[in-house]
Amino acid sequence: MLGNEIKHLIGKEIRLELKQKYVLNGILLYLVSTIFVTYLAFDRIIDRDTWNSLFWIILLFVAVNGISKSFIQESPARHLYYYTIASPQAILLSKVIYNLLLMTILSVLSFVFFLLLMGNLVVNIPLFLTTLILGSLGLASILTMVAAIASRASNNFSLMAILSFPIVLPLLGTLMKVSKNALSAAQWSGNYGFIIILLTINVAVIILAYLLFPYLWRD
Amino acid sequence: MLAGILLLYAVIGGFFITVSFEGMEVAAESMRNIFYHVGMWFGMFTMLITGFVYSLRYLRKFDEQEDIRAVEAVNVGLMFGFLGIFTGMIWANFTWGSPWVKDPKLNGAAVGLIIYLAYAILRGSIDDTHKRAKVAAIYNIFAFFLWIVLVIILPRLAGESIHPAGGNNANTILPLHLPPSMRLIFYPAMLGWVLLGVWIYKLRVRIRRIRLIIDNK
Repeated sequence: MLGNEIKHLIGKEIRLELKQKYVLNGILLYLVSTIFVTYLAFDRIIDRDTWNSLFWIILLFVAVNGISKSFIQESPARHLYYYTIASPQAILLSKVIYNLLLMTILSVLSFVFFLLLMGNLVVNIPLFLTTLILGSLGLASILTMVAAIASRASNNFSLMAILSFPIVLPLLGTLMKVSKNALSAAQWSGNYGFIIILLTINVAVIILAYLLFPYLWRD
Repeated sequence: MLAGILLLYAVIGGFFITVSFEGMEVAAESMRNIFYHVGMWFGMFTMLITGFVYSLRYLRKFDEQEDIRAVEAVNVGLMFGFLGIFTGMIWANFTWGSPWVKDPKLNGAAVGLIIYLAYAILRGSIDDTHKRAKVAAIYNIFAFFLWIVLVIILPRLAGESIHPAGGNNANTILPLHLPPSMRLIFYPAMLGWVLLGVWIYKLRVRIRRIRLIIDNK
């Protein structure tokens, strides 16, 4: 039942995105132009810390921009319609899964583009890709929930940044630590603890969002 | 009940004013700050946990009184957080040579305060009372979890920290490592700060309730 609803809702999200291509293209252009501006400002980056922090800061901004539209793209009337036909949990999970897909694509694209312009400093590529996936999941789930909260308030866009930047920091800090390790050493040992922390944060955030979202959805 | 708590606080408050001078003889001068800085931190913890509990209760009953308690608990918690950071900065200035050191514990505390300041801004940006109470409660529960990760779990994993009870010196200055005469002051002082927080919180809740009644007339 829930699975079926989620499947249809994700289909809806994808069709909506393809119909309004300018939104997706806007985010892609945002990503490309931000990385290009940093490229012009920095030329090549030799310092690993700078490379690492710049990459994650850019990805954070891309994620906030990409996900903040989640709950304001469609009209309140249409939300009311969804409210009558689908369970709130299905709505939330479909948004999280859709945003996870979006974030995975966006993060891999920014990684590739970043490599092209800034040069490759990553020693342990599999570890870095693992952090990218875990980071996409974490950013998608936390930011979807924050977008839902911010959509209930006026002054949505600045509120999205105010609420999400500090709240995303525990996740982002851990991500930056693991990816810094991926930049400096080839071995995996010593990173398992951080990966477990990342997984725990992700799972706990999704459970919290799953429990809290119904209250938010029923207006 | 309030009078009882007040009395208890007065007794304990008197306690730690007289004995804090003994603490000075025992440890180095700046060590005295442990009775204040750590106590404020405990006060903040108590208040933020209270706020979290009342936010949970609001979502179960949708009673406006629970929301008032939650918001005032967070306000008092924020106040204690700022006091704790300021006393910490004075302490750091003497022992580490600068008011702010780049340290996971310190930065976690600062970001934690920003999370709760954002709570205040979120409340300000919603006009409808019930909607504000509901959205704020949801944010508070969500933020509390990430705040715990930020303030408690991450600094312990960070590895390097000069702040006591963080990173690789996790067990240096716990209450049990204090000399007995300091412990005698430390525990009542902690209780005193927490009770002071509870007292301010109760006053603020009452003021807000009265204001609500006046507004509704």
